[in-house]
Formats: sequence, C-alpha cells, structure tokens
Amino acid sequence: MSQESAAADQSFLSVKDLSVAFRTEDGIVRAVDGVTLSIERGQTLAIVGESGSGKSVTAQAIMGLVDRKAATVDGEIWLDGEELLGLPPADMQRLRGSQIAMIFQDPMSSLHPFYRIGDQIAEAISAHRDVKPAAARKEVVEMLKKVGIPAAERRVDDYPHQLSGGMRQRVMIGMALINSPKMLIADEPTTALDVTVQAQILELITELKAEFGTTVIMITHDLGIVADVADEVAVMYGGRLVEVGPTTTIYASPEMPYTLGLLSSIPRMDKELPKRLDPIPGNPPSPINLPPGCVFQPRCAYVSRVPGDRCSEERPELLPTAPNHAVRCFIPGEERRQIAHDVLAVLAGDPQ
Amino acid sequence: MVLLLFLLTVVVFFLFTLLPGDPARLTCGKSCTPAVVEANRHRLGLDDPVLVQYWKFFTGLFAGRVFSPDSPQPIVCNAPCLGYSFNRHEQVLTLITRALPVTIALALGGFILWLVVGISAGIYAALRRGRWQDRSVMGVALVGYSMPSFFIGLMLIFFVVLKWNWLPFPQWVSPFEDPVGFLQTMILPWIVIAVLYAAFYMRLTRNQVLEVFGDDFIRTARAKGLPERTVVTKHALRAGLTPIVTAAGLDLAGLLGGAIITESIFSLPGLGSLAVNSVVQADLPLITGITLTTATFVLFANLIVDLLYGVLDPRVRVA
Repeated sequence: MSQESAAADQSFLSVKDLSVAFRTEDGIVRAVDGVTLSIERGQTLAIVGESGSGKSVTAQAIMGLVDRKAATVDGEIWLDGEELLGLPPADMQRLRGSQIAMIFQDPMSSLHPFYRIGDQIAEAISAHRDVKPAAARKEVVEMLKKVGIPAAERRVDDYPHQLSGGMRQRVMIGMALINSPKMLIADEPTTALDVTVQAQILELITELKAEFGTTVIMITHDLGIVADVADEVAVMYGGRLVEVGPTTTIYASPEMPYTLGLLSSIPRMDKELPKRLDPIPGNPPSPINLPPGCVFQPRCAYVSRVPGDRCSEERPELLPTAPNHAVRCFIPGEERRQIAHDVLAVLAGDPQ
Repeated sequence: MVLLLFLLTVVVFFLFTLLPGDPARLTCGKSCTPAVVEANRHRLGLDDPVLVQYWKFFTGLFAGRVFSPDSPQPIVCNAPCLGYSFNRHEQVLTLITRALPVTIALALGGFILWLVVGISAGIYAALRRGRWQDRSVMGVALVGYSMPSFFIGLMLIFFVVLKWNWLPFPQWVSPFEDPVGFLQTMILPWIVIAVLYAAFYMRLTRNQVLEVFGDDFIRTARAKGLPERTVVTKHALRAGLTPIVTAAGLDLAGLLGGAIITESIFSLPGLGSLAVNSVVQADLPLITGITLTTATFVLFANLIVDLLYGVLDPRVRVA
C-alpha cells in the first residue's frame, strides 16, 4: 500500500481487485471476485444485481464488517487517501459510524428491540464524540426532525416496535448520518418497505446526500429506482462486475445481455408493452460451483452469437467499450450494441 | 395468584393427609395401647372428616388455631398457623422461620456467585467462540455440570478443611454475631452450589449471546462503530437475557426451598435439613408446612419473573 498508488488514484473511494472468499463446509464460496470500482466525492454509485451476486458482501467489506475469521478478504479499498483493508480493527472501528455509515435492508430487525430509538442514535454519537447526554439528545431530536419523524420530541423516547417500517428506516438513516459521515452505504434500503414509502425514503436519501455532501453507494436489485438516484451504475453477477458505466449510458446503451435482462424485467405502467415482462430464465449460479467460462452463459440468450464454445470455456474480461463504460462479454461490440438497440426498441414500444 | 395459592394449600394438604400411614399411631412409642392412640387421634383432630380437617387447617392459616381445646393443656398455634409438630412440640412456623435464614444465606450467596461466574464465563466463551478458550471453558462447565454436589462438597471438606486446614470445620453462625465465622462456614457451601449452577449458566449465556449474534441489530451496532465489548454486553447479552432471568428466578426459588444435599454435607440447619428430618420422623404437619412454604416461593418467583419480563422487554409492557 504505497503512497504512490494512493496518489495515482484521485477517486474518493476506490476499490481495487476486491475478493472475499468464505470458507464453508461445502467448499470455498467466492462471494466477491476481483471487483474494481471507484466513486468521486459527492456522487452516487448504484451496485445492481440479484440476490447472491455479491453486492451486499462488497458493501460489508468496505464497512469492514466481514468477519475475517470466517472469510479471506483480498485487494485494496482506498477511502479518501486511506487504505481500509490494512487498518487495524480498532482504527476501522473508529471509521465505522463516523466516516462511513450504513443502512440496512430490513428496518424491522435492524434496530435493537429493547432500547429507545433516541438512545440508539445517541449511542452512535457517544461512540465517536465526547458529547454530554443532554446535548446529544438535542442533536438526536434535530436529526429525527430532519429525517421527517413527526413529533420528534416525543418520538425520541419510543421503542422501535412503536414505529412503522418507514419510520424505522428514517431512524436508521438518522442514525447513519448523525456523525456526518463522508460515505453512506445503503444496502437495499427500500426493499422491505411499502411502495409508497419506498419513494419517500429514496427522496430523503437524495435530499440529505445533497445537504451533507455525502458520497453514496446504493445497493439494489431494482434497476427501476436506480435512474432517479445514481450517477454511476455497476452491475454485478456471480460475484463479478459485468457492466459498469454512467447511469445514462447504462439505460441508453447497455451492452451486457444480463443488464438487458434486468432492464426488461422492470414493470412499466406508462407504456402499453407489445409483450409481457421478459424475465431472465433460470436462477443465479451457486457461488460454490460457478460455471466455467462466462458465469452468465447458462442463462444468456445470445450465446450463439459467439463462435464455438468460447462462452462456456473461457472467462471474459471486463473491458472498456467506450470512455467510462466497461463490459464483460465475448459478443463483439458492434453486435452487442445492435442487440441492445433491438431490445430497447421493443421495450420502448415501437417494434420494428 | 390468590387462587393459585388457595389451590396450593388444597393440593399440599390432601396430598399428605391421604397418604397411607396413621399419624396418630406414630405419636406414641412402644408403650402404645389402642386407647392412647384413640386419645391422641382426637387430640390431633384426626378423627374429624377430611374436609373438616382441611377447613381447620385453612382457617388456621389466617386466624390461628387451638389443638385439643377440651384437654387440660390446649396447644395454641398462632396465626398464620402452618400446623404443630407433635414430634418436636413446636409450631411448624417457628421451626421454619428458624431454618429459613440459613437457607436464605446459602441460596443468595450461591446465587450471586454462580450468576457472576456463569454469565461472565459464558460471555468470555462466546467472544472466543470456536477457539481453545471457548472449548476449555465449556469443558470445565461440562465437568462441573456432571459432578454430583455431594462429591464436590466432600472433596472440598476433605482437602480445604481436613487436609490443608485452611478453614475451620463448618459450623453455622449468624452473620450478625460472627461475620468472619459466617463467611468461613458459608464459602464452601456457596462454592458447591455455584459450581453446579454456574456450569448451566455458562452454557445458557454463551448460547444466548451466540444466537443473538446473528441478528440484524447486532450488525447495526457494529456499523455504528461500537467496540466489540459493548456490542456483546449491551446489545447481544441484553437481547438474550430473558431466558437467563427466567432460569435464575426459578432456580433461586427452588434453592430457597432448601438445598438438601449441600445442607446435609455441611450440617447447616436450613430448610433442606429440616425437610429431610421431618420425612425421616414422619412428621406430617412439618412436611406439609415445608412443602407449602417451598411451593409458595416458587409461585412468587414465577410472579416476579413475569413482572421482570415487562421490565426487560418493552414489547411485553404494551401487550
């Protein structure tokens, strides 16, 4: 971890060749394999993928929440000029909750059932700053107001079970932002919530991100919400990145068949579609027993576009196809763009 | 609760009254004649129908009662009258209140010792899960759990008292009269009780903490940047405390009913020794009284544990 490599990369957060492998009874699970990412300060990166694609483990590795006794973590994670994976646990613990914060998928179970929400947030303050209880409480009430909890002065003494799911997620967001962290990781923050509440929570995150100048990683399986919140999109499959690019590019000219599949799986209410939703056939691969060759190949509709058995024999690399846009696919670039064009045309409702 | 206590008196009374054996026959020794037995039966009120006997017993609990009122020497038993031991010529309540402080001292001291040792060792093992520290703590717990208390007790007396002369032979003294002598007497019995129970609490605490470790709010606590120590004690242990409190309440209540083996080994004049002697002497009123007292402890412990649930878990409070 030399100083030069830090200086060479100006990105606020940069993940280099991150691999996380869990030792289990059934074998080694490569949950994350060679992920390289970077985000500029104040930007939002969306990591998109199905369950088991490695997106949550990537986030937990950045937070230092992967149990090093159960898993090996390789690679480098640079946050604002500091390498995180090599930090002693005590230093990482100081960064957690103060510099990097995280909100989780299920607000119902992510708060301790036996403590008042105000005390739980205040605990995040006292873990990192020397603040008197009365001042901390005031700060907590201010934060609860900011995240849109009505009657915050009263609600601060509520227990989690007295709040709705949406309110609890607001509490989680408040807890994450109470120390004004530089970086916020949101791991499927809306998955467990009602649709109406989902939009409110996303809006809240976007608002507060602007106010606090926080850099955000948004982890989701729903490409539908990404367009509204993210600047960059990284699509993960089978523990690997398969396509990375600016959000506009990913929506306008995706090239990886898996990304196309995800885009085709978004239900649309605004257009009459010529055909029903087009789900990706099959299931995500078992992380213990990844298929040889391209991990997506068993589910890919376009395998025949690649001569021979290359897709099932050789692992494709993540290669740049345009500035800032990289794709992991053997189909030649021109042909990929044609396929995407056709699929998007069908989605847009003007069949050729 | 009141209803339960009432049912308790009914069950205990009839359990022992309907037992085979004739208490009146036991009141006189070898020189017995049928006439004396009959006279005693009348004196004890044993010639009344069972329900009348129960009624007298029950009202005696509140108003006191007088045995053999028509004889020249009536026996007065003050309220709350648990009965009268004709073997010992004393009121059952007096016997119990004399034995109770010993048992309370034994039970409370052991209770505190085993909770402190058991819970801290359990947390320690949970923190070092899967490593040699965890395995050795759990190994010791298993040994402690499987060793009979009379064996531990006798070994302790043999080595600590007889062989090494570290402590005088246990001899009950009140802590108010002779605090040092009290501690010297009680330390070994406390250890015997603590070894037995601490082993169980180590395993319970370790398993509770490890079970809660998988919960989402533990991950939240870590994400806040709390030190692992706080995560374990304040978050994991707190969430897993309910079964520990339940077990502790009931175990303490059970012990207050007398630790028969421990009290016998260390010749402590507590409820356990009293119960053993009353059974040996077939002293029915005393057995009934002790059983009723012990059962009442358990009942109250249940009530207290139920109330504690509300304190421990805010979700129960609302419900």
